[in-house]
Amino acid sequence: MTDWIDIAALDDIPPRGARVVQTAAGCVALFRTHDDRVFALDDRCPHKGGPLSEGIVHGTAVTCPLHNRVIDLASGEAQGADQGRVATHAVRLEAGRILLDARALKARPAA
Amino acid sequence: MAKNLVIIGAGMASGRFLEELLDGEGAGGDWNVTLFGAEPHGNYNRIMLSPVLAGEIDFAETVTHDADWYRAHGVTCRFGETVTHIDRAGRRVIGARGAVPYDRLVIATGSSSVRIPIQGNDLPGVVGFRDLSDVEAMLEVARRPGTRAVVIGGGLLGLEAAAALRARGMEVRVLHLMGHLMERQLDASAAYLLQKELEGRGIRVQCNAHSQAILGKGRVEAVLTEDGALHPADLVVMAAGIRPETRLAVDAGLRVERGIVVDDRMQTSDPAILALGECAEHDGVSYGLVAPLYDMARVAARALNGEAAAFAAPVISTRLKVSGVDLFSAGEIEAGDGAEEIVFRDPAWGVYKKLVLRDDRIAGILMYGDVADSAWFFEKLKSGESIAEMRDVLILGPAGHGAGIDPLAAVAAMPAEAEICGCNGVCKGEIVAAIEAGASDPAAIRAATGASGSCGGCAGLVEQVLAVTLGDQYDAAAAVAPAGICPCTDLGHDEIRRIIRARELKSIPAVMQEAGWKTSCGCHICRPALNYYLMAEWPLEYRDDPQSRFVNERNHANIQKDGTYSVVPRMWGGITTPAELRAIADAAEKYDVPTIHVTGGQRIDLLGVRREDLPDIWADLNAAGLVSGHAYAKGLRTVKTCVGANYCRFGTQDSTGLGIRLEKILWGSWTPHKVKLAVSGCPRNCAEATCKDVGIVCTEAGYEIGVAGAAGMEVKKTEPLAKTADEQEAIDLAVAFIQLYRENARYGERPHKWVGRVGMDWVRARVVDDAENRAALVARFELSQSVYRTDPWAEQARPEMRPRKWAPLADLTMEAAQ
Repeated sequence: MTDWIDIAALDDIPPRGARVVQTAAGCVALFRTHDDRVFALDDRCPHKGGPLSEGIVHGTAVTCPLHNRVIDLASGEAQGADQGRVATHAVRLEAGRILLDARALKARPAA
Repeated sequence: MAKNLVIIGAGMASGRFLEELLDGEGAGGDWNVTLFGAEPHGNYNRIMLSPVLAGEIDFAETVTHDADWYRAHGVTCRFGETVTHIDRAGRRVIGARGAVPYDRLVIATGSSSVRIPIQGNDLPGVVGFRDLSDVEAMLEVARRPGTRAVVIGGGLLGLEAAAALRARGMEVRVLHLMGHLMERQLDASAAYLLQKELEGRGIRVQCNAHSQAILGKGRVEAVLTEDGALHPADLVVMAAGIRPETRLAVDAGLRVERGIVVDDRMQTSDPAILALGECAEHDGVSYGLVAPLYDMARVAARALNGEAAAFAAPVISTRLKVSGVDLFSAGEIEAGDGAEEIVFRDPAWGVYKKLVLRDDRIAGILMYGDVADSAWFFEKLKSGESIAEMRDVLILGPAGHGAGIDPLAAVAAMPAEAEICGCNGVCKGEIVAAIEAGASDPAAIRAATGASGSCGGCAGLVEQVLAVTLGDQYDAAAAVAPAGICPCTDLGHDEIRRIIRARELKSIPAVMQEAGWKTSCGCHICRPALNYYLMAEWPLEYRDDPQSRFVNERNHANIQKDGTYSVVPRMWGGITTPAELRAIADAAEKYDVPTIHVTGGQRIDLLGVRREDLPDIWADLNAAGLVSGHAYAKGLRTVKTCVGANYCRFGTQDSTGLGIRLEKILWGSWTPHKVKLAVSGCPRNCAEATCKDVGIVCTEAGYEIGVAGAAGMEVKKTEPLAKTADEQEAIDLAVAFIQLYRENARYGERPHKWVGRVGMDWVRARVVDDAENRAALVARFELSQSVYRTDPWAEQARPEMRPRKWAPLADLTMEAAQ
């Protein structure tokens, strides 16, 4: 079961940028790539907890602002030799609006 | 007995449908056909309206069905007549001139231009680009000399209109809402090449342009954009998208989402009614390109004749119908979700090709400048065949594949006159001759022939020629060209800067294309560097790209390890006042700042500020006259001073005043790395000026300016630049040195490293010995500062920035707690 809720317009996120959504279990970062795809990941780098939403977005990856870990937006996996994985969340783009699955977000363990 | 078939809409889909139904392989049904068309003429090839507008063909050439055809096929034409509604219960279509009964009905009403909802969108002179009447309205204006057109929308249709109107001699400007042209079909690299081509034709293109209103008294006169610019216009073409024309279907109670919902056999929610073309929606998608619409026509005709046929979502490819522009796009245009990309750029020829691969299959194709192989690639995309075997040479197309898997074999097979370096016109034979004369590495070949000396795009090819020519003697390790600044490019910082200057490149996509970037949008290493180089080179034209900035420079505060920030207001020359200190203390209390630290740069650091509090704390500090200290910037940080002659019994000059004057001139400037200054009032050097990037030590005789000091991982005393008795000259020397550093150092290189590379003599010759050059450096610095000498905090703290940047997009904490 999913429960899609309207979060914001695509244009509320700059291309190659990110914004956050606050949840009880911590922030979820919504990324918009240069080709207008949207990804949702926990806003915490698996390395030292850096806010991924503040990283530089390139291709379908983001570089953590604290220690330059590169995280794949689709899989949440750290790239290259680095280890670790960030939780990803279901997100949909419909008619320029970004939708998140509230049910899945609620089921998340609180951080 | 013949059944009554009524068709509403005489566009391309319905035209093809009629052919399929009455002429095609599946023809044979006995139909009594009535065709309604709102336009006063029959079916024509709407796609060819662009060449009609451009004056390349006549309208007559676009007509696909004439009166004879309709007569011969027994089609009753009701052209120029509007259908007012569909009476489903009575199975009648009600037209303006009477009702027609139907057994089966086909709705093919097409689509209409979206009129963006802004003031003045209904003024005379505002047209869409859908039908012949639009074309006629445009031509009426275009025929008058000296007229101007504004096209709103830089998609397929808008650009075709723009190119055509330009060809007709109009002054044309395209306003596009998104960051690059045709963003649905192109990535930024291909869009850059397209924009360059259009601009070369005199079409002005503005992206990120939010149209706010269309102005005019009784007729359109101008378009106003959000940035306050007024674009004069005698004609405004609305090409901001199309919308399925569904009014009749909605009124008739058919199921309509974005378009009229149809199944695989084009049947609507009423079994007696079919829909096809742009007005239809199949599996959640409405189509606007002709290939799938023709498929629909075929399926609908077969379905009516009782044959098996089903419509399946097609893979669509796009070309732009602007003569002289070669562009092809199909499938996924960006590599994401586990896909990879192969990028090929030929900067000299303006060629860009990208293949998106997924599981060793082609999932997307994007080609600009050379689309000769598009059909070959598209076939592979549609068939889904594995390309694993030919991956290395895939991008070269069928020719590369034919040459075998080994790229060296392809190079070996090249004739001696084949051009290797397009920039310098060097052919393979010349390079081979240079190698045989003793050049054994790329640098030597560059020196001997010039090959790869300009854009560097052919460096790989030069190396391959080297490998082929030397055979066993080739030492790959020794021949490796200097590594690029990141995996996206083989070019070093200096080459990149040279290309930006020489080719007058003014955007990140422009650099990536012309310098042959291997990725489509760079990475966290190259993007900030490019952003800096472009900003430094073109202060007036280039607009800073916040998304290519490291977090600190984007948020104008230093991120800390726990994700909080530090806030450091500027204290000019280290001087402050009770009011400023009070404001800082108040802010620290108000925002629960856990730590206050006095920095080595003579200012106060508020540590542990929450991100969401940043704009508020800045607004409070701004109110007390405090501005950003840029403690986070690769830019001017501090000018440290002692109290000098004002108080100190040893002071020789007004070191504090000079420090403040310098800081007021330099603040806000961006530099390759951070820049710190100090001014000491006497040789006792209390301001520690002799370990700064620029340090001035005052003496009885005047000012001793030293540069290239360091007190970081390395400690290094400044090197003397010049002495002067004149304070203004001391300032000019410091400014000129910093500008020389801005123009020549590599991104991320501190001044002492840069000077270590170029030498003090080189610096002195430009800053000290050549007074004219010094003045020019100062003037260029001033020009840049006319843009950047401003407080980013004030900008970021504006109320409209909060929802746009600082506030969370949404707060679900309450929902999740339920």
